[in-house]
Amino acid sequence: MSDNNTLLRTENLCVWFPVRRALPFGQKRYVKAVDNVSITIKKGETFGLVGESGCGKSTLANTLLGMQKPTDGKVIFKGQDLNALSNKEFKEARRDMQMIFQDPFSSLDPRWDVYRLISEPMYIRGGYTKEQMEAEVLRLLHLVGLNEDDLHRYPSEFSGGQRQRIGIARAISLHPDFLVCDEPVSALDVSVHAQILNLLMELQQELNMTYLFISHNLAVVKDLCKNLCVMYLGQVMEAGDTQTIFHNPLHPYTRSLLSAVLSVNLDEKRERMVLNGDIPIPIDAPRGCRFCTRCPFASARCFQETPQLTPQGENHLVACHFPGIGMEK
Amino acid sequence: MKKNSNNFFLRLWRHPKGRTGIIIAMLLVFCAVFSAYIAPYDPYDVTQRAEKGLAPSLSHPLGTTITTGQDIFSMLIYGTRVSLIVGLVTGICTAFLGALMGLLAGYVGGIVDTLIMRTVDIMLVIPTLPLTIVLTNIFGKSYFMIIFIFTIFGWTGLARVIRSQVLVLKNSNYVKAAELAGASRWHIMFRHILPGVTHLLIMSTALTSAGIMVAEAGLSFLGLGDPTAISWGKMLADAQSGGALLFGHWWWIVAPGIGIFLSVFSFMRIGLALEEMFNPRMKQGAGVRKLFKSLNNTYIQSVFDEMNEDDTPVASSGKEAVQA
Repeated sequence: MSDNNTLLRTENLCVWFPVRRALPFGQKRYVKAVDNVSITIKKGETFGLVGESGCGKSTLANTLLGMQKPTDGKVIFKGQDLNALSNKEFKEARRDMQMIFQDPFSSLDPRWDVYRLISEPMYIRGGYTKEQMEAEVLRLLHLVGLNEDDLHRYPSEFSGGQRQRIGIARAISLHPDFLVCDEPVSALDVSVHAQILNLLMELQQELNMTYLFISHNLAVVKDLCKNLCVMYLGQVMEAGDTQTIFHNPLHPYTRSLLSAVLSVNLDEKRERMVLNGDIPIPIDAPRGCRFCTRCPFASARCFQETPQLTPQGENHLVACHFPGIGMEK
Repeated sequence: MKKNSNNFFLRLWRHPKGRTGIIIAMLLVFCAVFSAYIAPYDPYDVTQRAEKGLAPSLSHPLGTTITTGQDIFSMLIYGTRVSLIVGLVTGICTAFLGALMGLLAGYVGGIVDTLIMRTVDIMLVIPTLPLTIVLTNIFGKSYFMIIFIFTIFGWTGLARVIRSQVLVLKNSNYVKAAELAGASRWHIMFRHILPGVTHLLIMSTALTSAGIMVAEAGLSFLGLGDPTAISWGKMLADAQSGGALLFGHWWWIVAPGIGIFLSVFSFMRIGLALEEMFNPRMKQGAGVRKLFKSLNNTYIQSVFDEMNEDDTPVASSGKEAVQA
């Protein structure tokens, strides 16, 4: 499974949050935020992670970064099991992983100026002289398209896009290999989406980073990501090559997601698949297939048996008993 | 940081309530520091037997006491010292202790949190005044004792407020970002979380100080203060026992009353101004605006409701199209 090309890999990763029991001695219950997820992220690629709100994308990202202890399973980063490392080794290993936050308004301390914000990771790591740190901060500022006039301004004086640039400068200040982008543009105006995404892509080229790109904007994912993973209620529904999934979605959930993408082309005849109801609360996740309560094609087997991720063609995994059901050929 | 703190005082100065507060407080501080130069007589001098019970005049602006013939104006000036020192020291000690306990409870959490918060619960139900009377009787009457007791029992409320704010900040994204950068607990606690609650500390110091000034006057009036010091509370007690009411010497009673009023008033002003600065929703008229907003919202909601009634549900028609 693991070869030199793999940067990060999870093995049957589970993150369950215990729920307070309704009765003493009652059945112990969990919210299964991430349940049995195995993904492999290769060096230098952009790995997409999509799914609706509350499906466990952010919990998965937090677990990969070691912010959240997994209940079961392993996170293997550069061949090391993150949760088996000692505290010191773990901190050392995590320096190579950073994160760009969804909301650039809350992820920057409002009382700190840009210089302090960007130099904080270097300050914490130590070993920089004042001059080195200043030079480095300036270099980073230029790299993300800001200039030295902004050095002593506060986050409140910047627009959303500029703040996200500060966030990016901060994240790359320690030269990480792995960058988690947790919906980096969804809190921004549409007009600056492209700028930030282009910046991220340029930086990836320049600094040779690997991205985990979390998004619910499929159009963005389609353009950026080589590989894709579709999550629903804590489990992977469909995974594989992005183009394959987009052109030949085999899981009903993926298809409903794709049918929700807005298109500029008005004449195009499109399949529209609207799901009913809300995502179930993961405490009482359905027994069989996670998606069975909302799937328009669910049959008796879907309610009984959990489908496994099975290969459907090259680099394409689907967790459905009836892959491709109801598709117009 | 420097820029911020400058802004902070400037903002307080621009605030109308804050400015009154600052001016009066400055005046009081001036009186306390230079009381030896301002006061025309030595207030500790109890040997002016010939000048007992004088009415206000040019040589004695507020007259003299009936019992010992001390100059009331001088006593008033000197009384500022005790009032300010006791108030401020208690305010600062309370803020310090409250911040420490609140930070520990909120940030460390777990058993530390439980221990501190249960202690707070217990402390909150103990009545302070009877306890103060008992303790001053045991340990002797001194201002140190008063400061000590009010600090020990005063931090609880602040600790609760700080704890809740710390819990909010602890889960904020920038703390998460700092953790990701490898920050230690100390770094996060003192660089991110403590600066986030400083405004609460400053505000509480101002408001607690005001409260303690009244409490100190009350205790001195009851004879629980330092018997050798001159304080406004003790002046009131003297006036009471010296028969100021009997002889109609109202100035003896009004003078310390005005002193207490001014000091408490100024600190309350500053505290309230800070509260409004940090929490704009507290502003006067906010209630009216809120009312307007909610009225607007209900109006908009009713418009939406009407629109929904006209439309056929989108979701079901979409699904039919797929299944067809």
